[in-house]
Amino acid sequence: MSTGEALALIGACALITAAIKGIGPLALGGRELPTWFSSVVTLMAPALFAALVVTQALADGKHLGVGADTAGVALAGVAAWRGASVITVVAVAAVVTAAVRAVS
Amino acid sequence: MNARFRAGMRAAVPFAIAGGLLATSFGVLARDAGMPGWAAVLMSAIVFAGSAQIAALTIVNAGGGLGSAIGAAALMNSRFLPMGVAIGPSLPGGPARRAAQGQAVVDASWALASDGEGRFDRDVLLGSSAMQYVTWVGGTAVGVIGGSALGDPETIGLDAIYPAFFLALLIAELRESRAGQAVAAVGALIAFALVPVAPPGIPVLAASLASLIGLYVRRRPAA
Repeated sequence: MSTGEALALIGACALITAAIKGIGPLALGGRELPTWFSSVVTLMAPALFAALVVTQALADGKHLGVGADTAGVALAGVAAWRGASVITVVAVAAVVTAAVRAVS
Repeated sequence: MNARFRAGMRAAVPFAIAGGLLATSFGVLARDAGMPGWAAVLMSAIVFAGSAQIAALTIVNAGGGLGSAIGAAALMNSRFLPMGVAIGPSLPGGPARRAAQGQAVVDASWALASDGEGRFDRDVLLGSSAMQYVTWVGGTAVGVIGGSALGDPETIGLDAIYPAFFLALLIAELRESRAGQAVAAVGALIAFALVPVAPPGIPVLAASLASLIGLYVRRRPAA
């Protein structure tokens, strides 16, 4: 990758990211929230994070599949549910995934 | 630096550490994709969006064009649209100032700043993102410089860190409400169904529609 290509990629990604992150706050100001808006907003996090877990743990591009990382993430989920800290959770995910890869 | 800002920084420490590890694997990926080391660090410093950066460089590394790499980054970041809509009314100031503050939205900060009632604490958001910014940029530099000693990030399971990071955020949300559990299940199903047919990023954006269940659920206090 040439320097020019790297800078073009970085510049475009920076501009697009700034636009995506800025548009909601730009359009919606400091106003009183209707009740329905709060109800939807409080449920956005579980919807987005569940989808991120599915896509990051099970998808490789458009292909769905189970791999060593799926096992690692599943055990990390057990640790999280039992109240482990975020650091422990990600450590379990990495160590289990590496161990499964090492033996398979 | 006020107390809420410092509280945000403290709450973000575990996410910042996990993000730093992820940034290290991004640094290795960028180097493998042929990006100059300084450019990888610059990208982390001004784009500051992990999944988008990884998506873009994965495509470059696989021989794809810059256009597809930029498109993939945009789609991966599309989840920040609903997050921005959610947080907008909680940000002070005029439109330009709100849009500037909205740049601080990253996944963990957005979740940490939420009060669970539909409003967000701006100072917690900024403190939390500041902490994660330091380790994100620093971790990228470590990956770029020390990547050859590290070898393949997959061998040591670094690729499992990102989904585990989101799972930790998700489980914290699931403890909050029953409705959240139903919405998470629907969101996961939407994503699962769309992965084979839609470009990466779209399944996550579409899954945010599951939160519309909130229009029909009578809200109840956290159990």
